[in-house]
Amino acid sequence: MAETLTKNHEILEGPQAPRQSRFVQQFRLFKENRLAVVGLVIFLAFFITAVAGVVLTSGQDPVFNPSLVRLQEKLQPPLSLPNLETLKAHEVPTLGIYLLGTDDLGRDVFARMLQGAWVSLTVGFVAVGIAVIVGIFLGGLAGYYGQEGICYDQILDFLLLLSGIIFFILKWHKLGFGLFTAGIFMMILSFRARRVKQNRFMPGWLHKSAFSFDTLIMRMVDIMLCFPSFFLILTVVALLPASIYNIMIVIGLTSWMGTTRFVRAEFLSLREQDFVSAAKALGLGNFRIIFRHMMPNAVAPVLVSATIGIATAILTEAGLSFLGFGVPPPYATWGNILSDGKRFIFDAPWLTFVPGIAILIVVLCFNLFGEGLKDALNPKLRQE
Amino acid sequence: MALTDNHKNAVTLQVAGLKKYFPVHRGFFQRVAARVKAVDGVDFEIGPGKSLGLVGESGCGKSTVGRLILKLLEPDGGKIFYKGRDISHLSPREMRPLRQEIQIVFQDPYGSLNPRMTIGQSIDEGLRCVGLSKEGRKSRREELLEMVGIWPGAADRYPHEFSGGQRQRVGVARSLSVNPSLIICDEPISALDVSIQAQIINLLNDLQSRLDLSYLFISHDLNVVSYISDRVAVMYLGHIMEYADTESLFEKPLHPYTLALLSSVPKIDDTGTRGAHTPLKGDVPSPLDPPPGCKFQGRCPRVEERCRKEEIQFSRFDGDHWVRCWKASP
Repeated sequence: MAETLTKNHEILEGPQAPRQSRFVQQFRLFKENRLAVVGLVIFLAFFITAVAGVVLTSGQDPVFNPSLVRLQEKLQPPLSLPNLETLKAHEVPTLGIYLLGTDDLGRDVFARMLQGAWVSLTVGFVAVGIAVIVGIFLGGLAGYYGQEGICYDQILDFLLLLSGIIFFILKWHKLGFGLFTAGIFMMILSFRARRVKQNRFMPGWLHKSAFSFDTLIMRMVDIMLCFPSFFLILTVVALLPASIYNIMIVIGLTSWMGTTRFVRAEFLSLREQDFVSAAKALGLGNFRIIFRHMMPNAVAPVLVSATIGIATAILTEAGLSFLGFGVPPPYATWGNILSDGKRFIFDAPWLTFVPGIAILIVVLCFNLFGEGLKDALNPKLRQE
Repeated sequence: MALTDNHKNAVTLQVAGLKKYFPVHRGFFQRVAARVKAVDGVDFEIGPGKSLGLVGESGCGKSTVGRLILKLLEPDGGKIFYKGRDISHLSPREMRPLRQEIQIVFQDPYGSLNPRMTIGQSIDEGLRCVGLSKEGRKSRREELLEMVGIWPGAADRYPHEFSGGQRQRVGVARSLSVNPSLIICDEPISALDVSIQAQIINLLNDLQSRLDLSYLFISHDLNVVSYISDRVAVMYLGHIMEYADTESLFEKPLHPYTLALLSSVPKIDDTGTRGAHTPLKGDVPSPLDPPPGCKFQGRCPRVEERCRKEEIQFSRFDGDHWVRCWKASP
């Protein structure tokens, strides 16, 4: 593609190599990692199974009925045939065989696993989605605006407003209302004082910066990391009504710290890069600089940690369900199939092994996929 | 350097007593323990269509000067006048329209382009600021690329596909995209091969005469600066040591530091012998704890008692030749 256009006696230059997009290069690198490709394939299979599962097991008359009780057929081993004489027509499993056996109530474990796959998938993705959004937001703030100081008067405002709201919720209406009004009044006052250079409204030390914004967010991260997160989740879930959405939100809100640290670190190093300085010098707004110039360069490690985070979220949900704090029955999840099965571990080991191995495979494939992604997105490995 | 208002309006950029002290935080409460005097009272001016070379060792504060003028850093003292207007304390919002007047070309051609954007998109970011339509952007982008010697069809390529010199050309095109009248060249050729260096210097010279640009050309190489600058300022540890027309500086260097820099440039003369080379001894002192008196005293071959005690003033030697050394005074 050598160009010999000339103008002003000058030869115009351009790259000689054939065009190869970043994505193609990354995919080629990814393909070289066998285990990662296996991870990706299993992940896709899991995804299709989960989506098919939710379609096939829900509705009034599902194809696979996960909650149909057949007491006469309980604890059948995998691949056993149903006894057609004792079963009514609609009770016969759709495949004509108990592919993964039946549990202590005679429910088809295959149908229950299908239903549970959707729970695992959604819990994984939604929880990690929440964690990533919170993490990117807080990490971006800490990394980009981190050096901005927080002043004593702002802390005071915040405490007044917060205590006002708390007292109000505790039904101490008068005190709460008073504190809230004082907070708003103070906010207006400090806003005025900030506009006027020579202020006589407030003492000067109130405008000194107490600590930086970065310190605030990163100490919040440290505090969150101090709690053993599984027990924090257990506590919160015990207080909240049991539902799958609460579990997603709680897992999400207790796992954003890693992403925050990643994004902050990326932003701190990107902020000093010349192309960001150039964007500032061109007069672009902060919003455009953050989302158009910095974020695309910061998402690679976030993507990797998110993939591994999905695996952790699936494990956490399974753990919660196993302990009985998870998704309420009769809805099946891999965790509560496992939990129900443990009482029959010697009589019907498939009740423990089937969901256990499924969790193992899915978590492992997410981890392998994440590792492969990390290598593929690493710019140092791209050129050869 | 007392100047009338009339003169102020005639120069593109005037910098007076510019200071930047970086705080060093220490301890649990992040108290300011010390200040690095990166730029400590710098004065110079650049006329329209002229270029000033700013020369000094690494760490002397020359890049900081560039970033202060661009308002990527807030100055701690002194004034920056752009076309007679004081821009030293403008808020980011007030600075926005002026951003397009002053642009920068960076040293590192690898870090100065966004790796996730095609070079066309990078240039478009500037054109968007000017407010061009989609078609207008496309034709202007092609024009700019051609102007800096890049084949316009390469606009949809990513920076990693280009060589260092080509990227530097793209960087120049991006800074030209907003039609600036002053470009700060922050060591634009230091990271390039010698053959490519000459190409970029020629490109910059060519663009200057075509577009009537002013340059602040930051470099550590006096030799390179002589090809592009009308005037030269020699910087050492946050101070300007000597400030003169390029010819005058090369013919009659006054400050011992300038002499040392000039003698470090390898020469080939008719006799085949090497020119007298007196290498500087020692290192640049830490800007955290600069010596009292003349900043150069620790390494100066002509040092005397007075240099260690007195703050040396920046004084006019003759004509427009300024120097910060009392021994050079007429």
